[in-house]
Amino acid sequence: MFPSRIWRESKHRYRLEAGKCKKCGKIVFPYRLICPECGHREFENINLPDTGKLVTYTVIRVAPSQFTDQAPYAVGIAELANGVRLLAQIADCEIEKLKVGMDIRIEFRRIQTDGHHGVLSYGYKFVPKWY
Amino acid sequence: MRDVAVVGIGMTKFGEIWEKSFRDLYVEAALAAIDDAGVDHLDSMVIGCMTSGLFVGQEHLGSLMADYLGQKQLAASRVESACASGGLAFRTAFLEIASAASDIVMAGGVEKMTDISGDGATYALAAAADQEYEVFHGATFPGLYALMAVAHMNKYGTTRDMLSAVAVKNHHNGSMNPYAQYPFKVTMDQVAKSVKVADPLNILDCSPITDGAAAVILTTVEIAKKLGKPIIKIIGSGHATDAIALHSRDDLTTLKATTVAAEKAFKMAGKTIKDIDFAEVHDCFTIAELMVMESLGLYTPGKAGQAVLNGETALDGKFPINTSGGLKSKGHPVGATGVAQVVEVVKQLRGEAENGRQLKSNPKVGMTQNMGGSGGSTLVHIMEVA
Repeated sequence: MFPSRIWRESKHRYRLEAGKCKKCGKIVFPYRLICPECGHREFENINLPDTGKLVTYTVIRVAPSQFTDQAPYAVGIAELANGVRLLAQIADCEIEKLKVGMDIRIEFRRIQTDGHHGVLSYGYKFVPKWY
Repeated sequence: MRDVAVVGIGMTKFGEIWEKSFRDLYVEAALAAIDDAGVDHLDSMVIGCMTSGLFVGQEHLGSLMADYLGQKQLAASRVESACASGGLAFRTAFLEIASAASDIVMAGGVEKMTDISGDGATYALAAAADQEYEVFHGATFPGLYALMAVAHMNKYGTTRDMLSAVAVKNHHNGSMNPYAQYPFKVTMDQVAKSVKVADPLNILDCSPITDGAAAVILTTVEIAKKLGKPIIKIIGSGHATDAIALHSRDDLTTLKATTVAAEKAFKMAGKTIKDIDFAEVHDCFTIAELMVMESLGLYTPGKAGQAVLNGETALDGKFPINTSGGLKSKGHPVGATGVAQVVEVVKQLRGEAENGRQLKSNPKVGMTQNMGGSGGSTLVHIMEVA
């Protein structure tokens, strides 16, 4: 993966930066140029909260090549306290204990590696609150 | 708008077609459609293809296929809307004739998915999802539908048996389709115990990796009458999109693009779901068929699963779905699927469906629903015997 493509997203993936519409208050993650609710084009920069609840999840057993060494792994969508939803891997979990509605927190983790000599990609993963 | 009819249909056998190239597949289906229609020329051609660039390294399809079809200097183009590319090609051709820009147009679809490894195909298909915020995190296509399945099960109590029943029904229908990739029957037990892909979806909940092509010829009703073919009129066409990323949608248990595309098609046709006799829908995964049934308004949310268990969507049910075997059994060459759905609806309306899967109810109005990605785009078409 080309480094600029990863660097470009780093404010979202490293710091959970999001945009809050200055007109209607809608929070968009990642950043957008126009509000999908009201069409306004100015956003205030905010940071997302790092806790939320699992809305849905799955266990990926047939993985794409960058993730085959991690399979089986869990992926879920969480809803944060401010209503924003995002998708991420669920790390450090016991697969059979996952359930809809459970509390998660967001941690900074390594996501994938681009071969032996390529770029390491970092970002957020969910971790169940029981740990 | 002018009235538009489908007068010719053609498709290749779907499957792992090692001996035929990408271009051979398309031209074979296209020639079959031309022969079936009996037309002596085309005014233009629209090809639906999701990602030939990733599957076979080939773009610029309009020109390539026109050349190999022997159509010199034809106005030919390729359209893309992931797995709904075929449906989009059909709509584009329909609009071109309805608007009087052309009189005879071919809508085709093609995908050659087995010239690369399974990993490569997984990567290519994932191009229909949000690369930076879904695929980056390890989500796969079955994974995205699995996320919807878990949400649906959690909200409505949808069960493993309800998912399995979709696969059993579609394989039963597909066992009578000579063009199907997997023309064999499966049992509830086989589906439930098949290899896990992305919980709760197993391999028999998933449509396969497929090579194949399909093509149809559209023209005006006036020209159709002169050709002497059965006239299957396109009376409704609807197209809508949704956020690609699942986390950007308010509700994971419904397919908003399908609902809106269907509403548009019904409005154009002046009909409701109650006026439709049968449908070919986008069952890329078993959960998709249930969600489509509910999003089309055929069943209230949460009720589709029990209806399938009851046999209401079987060949002899009150609303047969996927008489062809669907994507599940017939196969899913992504760009071709939307056009192959039209081929089946036309066969049923002409009374030409093979091997005993012809509906006995003498259907007059059929419908297709073709979906891109995890529901990020949908094309709905309604056809009627004129």
